[in-house]
Amino acid sequence: MSKLLKIALRNLRRYKRRTLLTTSLVTLGVVFVLVFASVSGSFKAMMIAQNTDAMLGHLQVHRKGYVASIDTLPLNLNMKAGAVSRLERVLGEQPEIEAFSPRIKFGAMFSTFVETTNIRLNGIDPEREFATVPLLPGRVLEGENTIKRGEIWVPELLARGMKVKVGDTVVIIATNQDGSVNGKQLRVAGVLESATGPGGRDGYIHIEDAAEILRMEGREISEVAVRIRDFGRLGAFGERLAALLEKEVIPQGKPLFEIHIWEKLSPFYNIARMIDVMTFFMKLMLVAIVLVSIMNVMIMAVYERIREIGTIAAIGTRPGRILFLFVLEGLSLGVGGAILGNIVGAAIVFVLNASHITYDFGRQKDLLLRASVSPADVLVLSVIVIAISVIASLQPAFKASRMEPIKALKHV
Amino acid sequence: MALIAADCVHKVYRVGDIGIHALKGVSFSIEAGSFVSFVGPSGSGKTTLLNLIGCLDKPSEGRLEVAGVDVSALDRRQGASFRGEKIGFIFQDFNLIPVLTVYENIEYPLVMVRDVPVRERTDRVMALLNAVGMIEQMHKFPDQISGGQKQRVAVARALVTSPALVLADEPTANLDHATAFQVIELMKKMRDTFHTTFIFSTHDPKIVGEAETVHTLEDGMLNGTRTRREGNHE
Repeated sequence: MSKLLKIALRNLRRYKRRTLLTTSLVTLGVVFVLVFASVSGSFKAMMIAQNTDAMLGHLQVHRKGYVASIDTLPLNLNMKAGAVSRLERVLGEQPEIEAFSPRIKFGAMFSTFVETTNIRLNGIDPEREFATVPLLPGRVLEGENTIKRGEIWVPELLARGMKVKVGDTVVIIATNQDGSVNGKQLRVAGVLESATGPGGRDGYIHIEDAAEILRMEGREISEVAVRIRDFGRLGAFGERLAALLEKEVIPQGKPLFEIHIWEKLSPFYNIARMIDVMTFFMKLMLVAIVLVSIMNVMIMAVYERIREIGTIAAIGTRPGRILFLFVLEGLSLGVGGAILGNIVGAAIVFVLNASHITYDFGRQKDLLLRASVSPADVLVLSVIVIAISVIASLQPAFKASRMEPIKALKHV
Repeated sequence: MALIAADCVHKVYRVGDIGIHALKGVSFSIEAGSFVSFVGPSGSGKTTLLNLIGCLDKPSEGRLEVAGVDVSALDRRQGASFRGEKIGFIFQDFNLIPVLTVYENIEYPLVMVRDVPVRERTDRVMALLNAVGMIEQMHKFPDQISGGQKQRVAVARALVTSPALVLADEPTANLDHATAFQVIELMKKMRDTFHTTFIFSTHDPKIVGEAETVHTLEDGMLNGTRTRREGNHE
């Protein structure tokens, strides 16, 4: 094996320019895919984190039918005290869950005594909410990064439009599900940065203030946001939790709850998917580059060495060994290209990070590009390149191994 | 028993629709340890016959046995194994592997054909390097040595597996007269040292006399055999 490898490497060295060109091509392909995957992966990770850690949570549980009408924030589809207890019991028993936060969501009028507009509000229990969506306090542009009873976080655009500052008093007026109107004065505790995604322009108040405004008699909530310990296992956990919650039924035998992971709640999941599809096509292009370049160089190698193949076949080299010799040459080209490509790609990603490149996402400005090369990406790319190198070499190598020595020796 | 026994061997090549009768019923036998030459003009069938003896091709008709094996019965893989075990080849153009040194070229059949252990490999290669007088050039590559030296390396490579038979197709065609004689002398010396049968083809009348047995081929037929002790006979 080591002798075969030595011969293969020396044969590659024999045609230096061609070997350099092919290896460069493979290297370039690997670099493109690696840098693209790193940069797009960074963007995707930021986007998912913005959606899950600043607004939605990893998954949400609602009363059955709520999400279908979520645009109207229907108070009549809130979960009542009994259902909330049942849900909290089930969620509390799951060791995979890191935190969960009940919310009351409703639409209201926002008045500064001078002007009035409408607002979507989330009533939250601050401690539980921040444990579930830890990036939420980070969105406070001005004011306090926590919220107490009698306070409100106002979304940035609304604050600017209504000329509201931290410390101002505003009035929230809402209609409860019985049609009764109620209002409450609140102090502006903070101005919240707008985020791109569902709920990115909502205001926040304390959950007890929300219950008071809506004159709720018992405990009542609109949704429970859940954060799990291992985000990578969200799909499997979501299915398991859905199965568990399906057992919780109303007297008519119908399910009481519905569960949605963030992907079903945010349109940005489709962008994340599109990034994956683009990365897949980049990999497909890499496959084409490796396949064509290595097959081309190996076909040339076989054609130029027909007499040599005839000689080694005549002196008794078995066809399998001749095949292996040529496959090793292609494999070496692939391995060389993969190693160089990964090194150069990682170096470019390092330089990109060191350059502190920023970009905008929706209304969010100056987000820092944090590209990272994951070992899994390097491994997958290397395996693709090496496997395709072998596949590309097989046809020319097979042709070499099947050559009639007598014809090959006569070749001029 | 003869090392090679040919009985009415025919070989017909097809080129398009035309059949070319390269050998027309050739019969002969060669004893082990002989130093034999096939002579004749271009197109007389020398190379065809050597290819058949070397199991690189199969007779169209007749029976050809080499070391007791009917060469027609060997498939591609068996043919390769048989050549690796029993036959050494020397080519007109030397056919050394350009990316291997002199030492590695001689070692090649022991690694790639026979899987001989390292120590034994070294001993055999060094012995042959000594025998062919190429020890000084062992680390050189083929493009760094002369034609005569290349053919010496080819002789050593052909002998390294201790084959029963070495076939040399026009081994001196690309060499000057003096070097050609040296190569033939070397082959003879190797025959004496290793008791290997040497068969070579040539159309050079000056070196024909060096063979102990000379078979003359003309137009695909054996046209006379001469041995040095017995003189000419039909």
